[in-house]
Amino acid sequence: MSKIIELKNVNKWFDKFQVLKDINLEVSAQEKIVICGPSGSGKSTLIRCVNRLEEHQEGNIIVDGTELSESTKNIEKIRAEVGMVFQQFNLFPHLSILDNCSLAPIWVKKLPKKQAEEIAMNNLKRVQIDDQALKFPGQLSGGQQQRAAIARALCMEPKIMLFDEPTSALDPEMIKEVLDVMVDLAKGGMTMIVVTHEMGFAKEVADYMIFMDEGKIVERAKTKEFFENPKSDRTKLFLSQIL
Amino acid sequence: MNIIAKPSKDNIKTYVPIGLSLVSLSFLDVFVNAFFNFNLMGFLPSQLSYFLPLILGFIGFYLIRIEFSGVRPLDILNKNINSNNFNALLTLFTIFIIIKSIPPMLDWFILEANFAGNSKDDCTGDGACWVFIKVWFNRFMYGLYPDAEQWRINTAFLILFAIVGVSFFVSEKLKRYFILFLVFVFPFLGIKLISGGSFGLEYVESAAWGGLSLTFIISAFAILFCFPIGVILALGRRSSLPAIKYISIGFIELWRGVPLITVLFMSAVMFPMFLPDGTFIDKLIRVLIAITLFEAAYMAEVVRGGLQALPKGQYEAAKSLGMGYWRMNALIILPQALKLVIPGIANTLLALVKDTPLIFVVGLMELAGMIGLAKTNPKWLGMAMEGYVFAGLVFWVICYAMSRYSQNLERKLSTER
Repeated sequence: MSKIIELKNVNKWFDKFQVLKDINLEVSAQEKIVICGPSGSGKSTLIRCVNRLEEHQEGNIIVDGTELSESTKNIEKIRAEVGMVFQQFNLFPHLSILDNCSLAPIWVKKLPKKQAEEIAMNNLKRVQIDDQALKFPGQLSGGQQQRAAIARALCMEPKIMLFDEPTSALDPEMIKEVLDVMVDLAKGGMTMIVVTHEMGFAKEVADYMIFMDEGKIVERAKTKEFFENPKSDRTKLFLSQIL
Repeated sequence: MNIIAKPSKDNIKTYVPIGLSLVSLSFLDVFVNAFFNFNLMGFLPSQLSYFLPLILGFIGFYLIRIEFSGVRPLDILNKNINSNNFNALLTLFTIFIIIKSIPPMLDWFILEANFAGNSKDDCTGDGACWVFIKVWFNRFMYGLYPDAEQWRINTAFLILFAIVGVSFFVSEKLKRYFILFLVFVFPFLGIKLISGGSFGLEYVESAAWGGLSLTFIISAFAILFCFPIGVILALGRRSSLPAIKYISIGFIELWRGVPLITVLFMSAVMFPMFLPDGTFIDKLIRVLIAITLFEAAYMAEVVRGGLQALPKGQYEAAKSLGMGYWRMNALIILPQALKLVIPGIANTLLALVKDTPLIFVVGLMELAGMIGLAKTNPKWLGMAMEGYVFAGLVFWVICYAMSRYSQNLERKLSTER
C-alpha cells in the first residue's frame, strides 16, 4: 500500500517547550490509526500538524505527495483533501446545517450550488440527520452537531479524516451515535487518524495503535498486540488506568 | 407603631382603600395645581400645603405596602414601584415631576405657540414661534440650493426611497441587484443629479448645498465608505504581516486621537496647500473623505471587538475545509463578527450622523448649520430655542429610525433559538 501520510523527524516547540519530539510516522491509504496517551502528550498537536493548524519547526510532513511548507497553495490543497473533526464541533452557527455542509464544496471546490447541496444531503443521510438539514447548529443536540460536523468534513470528499477527541465534549448517551458513524466510515475504507480515549472503538476499528507520552511516540503496535501485550511500562500503566 | 397596626393581610380591607385614596388625593392635588393653577390645600399654611401631596402619598404608599396580599395588581404595584420607603418616595417624585412638567411643555409647544404669519412680529404668544421654522423651512431642507433646481434633490431622494421601498416586496435574488445598485451606482448617479453640470442640468456648486439634504448626503456617503474601510482596517490590525498590522494600528490610532473638528479644518484649509498647483478637489469631497476616514477608525475598533469575540475553533474549522484567508473571513468570520457588533456599529453610525453639524467649521451648513445662520438674521433674532428644538427633533427621528432598524436587523439575523 502507498504511504499517504509521512512524518519524518518532526519536532515542534511552543516557545521553549518542546511538544513534539522526533516524530516518525507513516500511514498507508485506508489505514485506521488510533492515537492515545495522557493529556498534554502532544496527540492533538500531532494531528493538527498534519493539516497545518499547527506549524512544525523541524522535519518533513508529506501528505498525499505534497510537502507541507510555507507555501499557502500547498497548505490549502492539503486541507481540502484532509477532513477534520474537532472536539468542540466548530459548526458555523450562522448557517443552517445544509449550508454548513455545502459551503466549502461551493466556494473551495467550485461546485455548482445544486450539486453541492446534493452531496451535502447524501452525507447528512449517511450520518442520519438529513431531517435536520434546515435547522441551525444551535437547535441540535451535541451528538447531532458532531455528526453534522463529520458530514461537513465528508462533503469535501477527503482522502483522509482526522478526529481530534470527537466524543470528549459529548454527554455519555450521545457518544455511541457518533462512534457508530465513525465505525461505519472506517468500514467504508476511509483513511483515519483518531485521537480518542474510547478504547472499545479503538479495538473495533484500529489497524494500529499509537501511544504518546511527553511529545514522543512511545509505542506503535498492531491493535491486538497493543492491548494484549504492550511492551513499554508507560503503556502498561496507562492502559491499566483507563481500561 | 402600637397605635397603628402594621399593614398586613388582616387589615387589608381598611388599609388599602385608605391608602389608595391618600395616594389618589396627592396626585389629584398636584394635577389640579399644575393644570388649573389651583391649590386644593390652599387653606393650609403655605409650607405645609407645598409638601402635603408628598406626605399624603408617602403615608398612602406605606398603608398599601402589604406583602403577599394575594391581590395580584397590588402585589405587582408593590414589587415594582413601592418595595420600600425610598422607592415609594422616588415613585412619588417621578410622577409629580411628570405631572408638573406637562402643562408648561404643552403651552410652549402648542397652546401658546404661534403658527400663523410670516414674520417675527406675528409671534405674539408666550410659546414657541414656529413661524420661524415655517418661513425658513425651505432653507433648512435645501440650504442655499437654488429654488428652481430643488426638484433635483427631491427626485434623487424620491428615487432612493422608492428603490428601498420596492426592495421590501421583491424576491431575494432581485433584492441583491437592488442593493448592488444602491451601493455602487445610485450614490454617484444621485450626486451627479444634484451637482449637475451635464445632461443640460445647471451646475450647482457644493458651497450652495445645505440643510437637511446635505446632512443626508454626507451621512450616506460617509456610512457607505467608512464601513468597508473600517472592516479592512480591523482585519489589518489582526493581520500576521507586521507591515499591514502596524500601518493599520498607526492609521487607527492617528485618526482616533484627533478631534473631528481639527480634522475637518485641516481638510479644508491645510490640505489644499500640500496639493500641487492647479489641482483642485471640491471642499465637500475633502470634508467627506475626512469624516469617512475618521469614522472608519472607530468602525475598525468596533469590528475588531467582534473578531476577537469569535472562538478560535471557527477559524480552524474554516481553514480545515481548505478556505483561504479572504474566503474564511468573507463567509465565516465577518458574518458572525459583524452580527455580534451590530449595536456597536449602530452606535458609531449614529454618532457619525450627529457629528455632521461640525462641518460648519469649514463653512458648510447642514441642518443645524442653517439654523445657526437663520437665527443670526437681524429679522429673526432670538429664535435659537425654536431652531435647535426643531433640529433636535429631526435628528432624533433620524437616529431613532436607524436605531430601530439595527434592532430589527439583530433580531432577523439571530440564529440562536
